[in-house]
Amino acid sequence: MMEKASFRKAFAEAMVECGAKNSNVVVLVADVSSSVMTEYFAEKFPQRFFNLGIQEAGMIDTAVGFALAGMIPFANTFAGLFLRTVEQIRTCVAYARTNVKLMGGYSGVSAFKDGPTHHAIMDVAVMRAMPNLTVLAPADATEVKKILPLVVEYDGPVYVRISRAETPVVFDDTHKVEIGKGVLLQDGSDVTLIGSGVMVARCLEAAKILANEGIDAQVINIHTIKPLDASMLQEAAEKTGAIVTAEEHSIIGGLGSAVGEVLGERCPVPFERVGILDIFTETALDYESLLDHCGLGVKDVVKAARRAIKRKKGRKNGINRWRSNQGVSH
Amino acid sequence: MAYHSEKLIIELNEKARQLRLDVLEMIHRRGQGHPGGSLSIAEVIAALFFHHLRIDPNRPHWPERDRFILSKGHASATLYAALAHRGYFSLEELATWGHLNSRLQGHPDRLKTPGVEMTTGFLGHGLPIGAGLCLAARLKGLDYHIYALLGDGECQCGVLWEGAMTAAKYKLSKLTAIVDYNDVQLDGPVHEIMPLESLVEKWKSFGFLTVEIDGHNIRQILESLDMVKEVHNQPTVIIAHTTKGKGVSFMENKSKWHGLAPNDEEYARAVAELKGDIK
Repeated sequence: MMEKASFRKAFAEAMVECGAKNSNVVVLVADVSSSVMTEYFAEKFPQRFFNLGIQEAGMIDTAVGFALAGMIPFANTFAGLFLRTVEQIRTCVAYARTNVKLMGGYSGVSAFKDGPTHHAIMDVAVMRAMPNLTVLAPADATEVKKILPLVVEYDGPVYVRISRAETPVVFDDTHKVEIGKGVLLQDGSDVTLIGSGVMVARCLEAAKILANEGIDAQVINIHTIKPLDASMLQEAAEKTGAIVTAEEHSIIGGLGSAVGEVLGERCPVPFERVGILDIFTETALDYESLLDHCGLGVKDVVKAARRAIKRKKGRKNGINRWRSNQGVSH
Repeated sequence: MAYHSEKLIIELNEKARQLRLDVLEMIHRRGQGHPGGSLSIAEVIAALFFHHLRIDPNRPHWPERDRFILSKGHASATLYAALAHRGYFSLEELATWGHLNSRLQGHPDRLKTPGVEMTTGFLGHGLPIGAGLCLAARLKGLDYHIYALLGDGECQCGVLWEGAMTAAKYKLSKLTAIVDYNDVQLDGPVHEIMPLESLVEKWKSFGFLTVEIDGHNIRQILESLDMVKEVHNQPTVIIAHTTKGKGVSFMENKSKWHGLAPNDEEYARAVAELKGDIK
């Protein structure tokens, strides 16, 4: 088992560091500061902290006002609640290209105990469709800590998924992050497992199991779902000929869809998606079993990899059969 | 409070008349636009852009400038005409409004048009955005004032009242909402579609100092703008009672003219009325 660390705590501490480095950083929150832990920031920089109560839409617009004045506002609420503010984000953040940072707390099913109302499984689909908006889903506590200063420096609106959970530690402190660049975690030749968020750790676990079966899987972490590192994905498809995506999100509109769009245009190869199958989730007693229940288990990634490899072989045989029927030598 | 000379009042009334003529020309030429709510704000816009606002067309991003947000973005024609007359761009450019590749979009776009502080069009955003601008000014030690011009129908939007709560919590006295209360919205009379009354009481209970004026009376507009600058412990709202379609008899108080362009004959008649050729 991998060591775990609190994702939201890492975020909250990084938020404080960003506030210390840059006096233009302000934090807004809609009555969930103890949940998403922006209370750390509030304690350190009370004059740059604004708790606006349960008014998510108004909070986005107020953040827009800060951005218009040249400040760098971080608007915080639950990822699921950002869906309430989609028009604000579309018109006043994305279209108006205001420098607002949207921190989607309790992302995916990390609020396991609260149930489907509090789970965010279509937020990436919605945010990804917004022109001008960059969409990030860090893999672990280290990565969110590394990525936050980049979000401060980045000139433009950004949406970041922030898990509530204690998640496996994938990276150590030497980890280098660049917005828009995928991270090759493990080289391999038979299949590429592409994960985002907590599913990156699960892809690494799956790769170990596959290795025991003699399958050489490579693993890629995509923390930037938009803009997507299309050239890295293309290279992976060309090299391994089989792709699996894994995300804590609906299979509609998230990482899997984004990767599928690139592969379809650039390098169609057998491709399988691990994600939530267009259904609403459930309440659970713990996070890990909920992930498993939602079809996001390590075993689900393993099975998807096997399917993709089988299809790859079938396709090779099919191509060979076609070639021999055509009298083409190879 | 400053004394406003009769000469200034006459000049600003003339500006308002010119804005109305420009707006009608723009809407007629384009065959699209929102004449009713563009005509009702002519005096308010004239008073702000040709006298009251601390702005400099040569420095559109001057940090200390006052901010004006046309929250009722469908009245873009009046804003564009005022910006052109103030020298943010040429009067000729008004003819490009709504054409492909024009800097003048159907609704205001802050990234395209010099002098447009914020992209608007869907209603309800101006006040909460103004609250953010105001809080930022406080942190930065700047003393600019923020004006958000709202439609009356816009006061039906929930998010506007979210912004009102924020403004009251932080005592944002540099934030002034101006409500263009013409009692007509797209689908009909405001008091029938979704009544606002008592609008004054609503604003008061949300913590705003409230002033009611005749929104076509330049002197009242100027005096109310001066007065709200003397308030230092709460946000303010000027409820400007206006007439939708003001100045063109057949457009006045008719929801039909919320978003309809006049034909050639109607346009000629409207211009004649505004030029005083016919009453």
